[in-house]
Amino acid sequence: MKFTEEHEWLRADGDVVTVGITEHAATALGDVVFVELPEAGTQVAKDDDIVVIESVKAASDIMAPLDGEIVEVNDALADNPGMVNDDPMGEAWFFKIKATDLSQMDEYMDEDAYKEMID
Amino acid sequence: MSDLKHLPLKALHEAQGAKMVPFAGYEMPVQFAAGVMAEHQHTREKAGLFDVSHMGQVLLPLSADAALEALVPVDVIGLKEGRQRYGLFTNDAGGVLDDLMIARRAGDLFLVVNASRKEHDIAHMRAAIDGVQEVTDRALLALQGPLAETALARMVPSVADMKFMDVAQVAWNGVELWISRSGYTGEDGFEISVPADAAEGFASALLEMDEVMPIGLGARDSLRMEAGMPLYGNDLTEEISPIEAGMTWAVNKVRRAGGDREGGFPGADRILNEMQNGAARRRVGLRPEGRAPMRGGVPLFDAAEGGNQIGVITSGGFGPSVGAPIAMGIIVSAVPADITLYGEVRGKRLPAIQTDLPFHKPDYKR
Repeated sequence: MKFTEEHEWLRADGDVVTVGITEHAATALGDVVFVELPEAGTQVAKDDDIVVIESVKAASDIMAPLDGEIVEVNDALADNPGMVNDDPMGEAWFFKIKATDLSQMDEYMDEDAYKEMID
Repeated sequence: MSDLKHLPLKALHEAQGAKMVPFAGYEMPVQFAAGVMAEHQHTREKAGLFDVSHMGQVLLPLSADAALEALVPVDVIGLKEGRQRYGLFTNDAGGVLDDLMIARRAGDLFLVVNASRKEHDIAHMRAAIDGVQEVTDRALLALQGPLAETALARMVPSVADMKFMDVAQVAWNGVELWISRSGYTGEDGFEISVPADAAEGFASALLEMDEVMPIGLGARDSLRMEAGMPLYGNDLTEEISPIEAGMTWAVNKVRRAGGDREGGFPGADRILNEMQNGAARRRVGLRPEGRAPMRGGVPLFDAAEGGNQIGVITSGGFGPSVGAPIAMGIIVSAVPADITLYGEVRGKRLPAIQTDLPFHKPDYKR
């Protein structure tokens, strides 16, 4: 698993990468009340804002960590945004992206480096 | 961050797991470990303790009642001892400079004004009133919720006899508490001014009770929005008149057309005229139809496509007790009350139903 400075986690299965936000990010955001996801089939470029996540306090964006195509989104989040607080690293993944260039993963942190960053 | 002012309860907040943020020049708790949603629900069900020490506390001599009346559309002269009233400082254009609480006590008038406006308000009063004294050695707490009386009465039994908007000066542990039965949550409750060096002991004694949980500014905002209460700087501004803001009730009868002391406050021409003939805009409650919150600044349109911008959201977010997004806005009065409005969020127009305020009905002890 890899981690971005924007507090996303990435888990690769072949060239399809599942993306969510970390426990640390979910706690910092507070109670999540709304998630807006891209549509499956959307072509995205790295650093595009593709997810809107709103907590009781504020709205934030989540960026595409890689170039590629969104192949699946987690529709359950639309009806139950609180999942993001309950299980951010598991059930509450946001989207799966078919990466154009998997080597873009290499720039991201491993778990130890991420833990060091948030400490 | 170094020029942020700290308040007497900082150490206690940090011990309670507060997340501190800068707010109106002060370092304030935005939420505690439980989080905004749980804090909000706890206040609706039991009792929440809020630190609002950043707000301005001001004393005026009793003899200043007429001079204060000249700044607000409120019956200050007729305010009885031991009672408090909501007031608005208006400007010559009929807009609002701040909102405040005015209490008449045995020896003085006690005012509570917004943190972000206290320097302004004190200068504004000093230009017209002699003997304006800012209280700087007291913390201000609010204990709000259906079990607030139960909790506070264990320490100060006489509060059980107070009614909504009563004020009292009561001894506790060798210090004097200034208590009002009021608040900013739509719940029964109290606001308590306590000497700074006794504040931690007082707050800790409340927090030890099962009913009481510390509440941050995040839940304070969601609670007041559900209660339909305006926030100065958002729903009340120098450009919005009290009538447009739906605060006609705050213009007391003796100051209205035909009253014994009609007018005589800044902007009276516009404000009394709007009461007679209607105002150009009106404040409205909104229920966004989807789950997306519509926050302050979102423009409002009268059609899903095309049409006209007819107003703007002034406050909005998620209402934990409502279980859905809620918002308040200011719109052109001529817009029919039964049409769906559209808030433009991230370039998309999303429907919102106009609704009466408040979203959550208060349960005060009258």
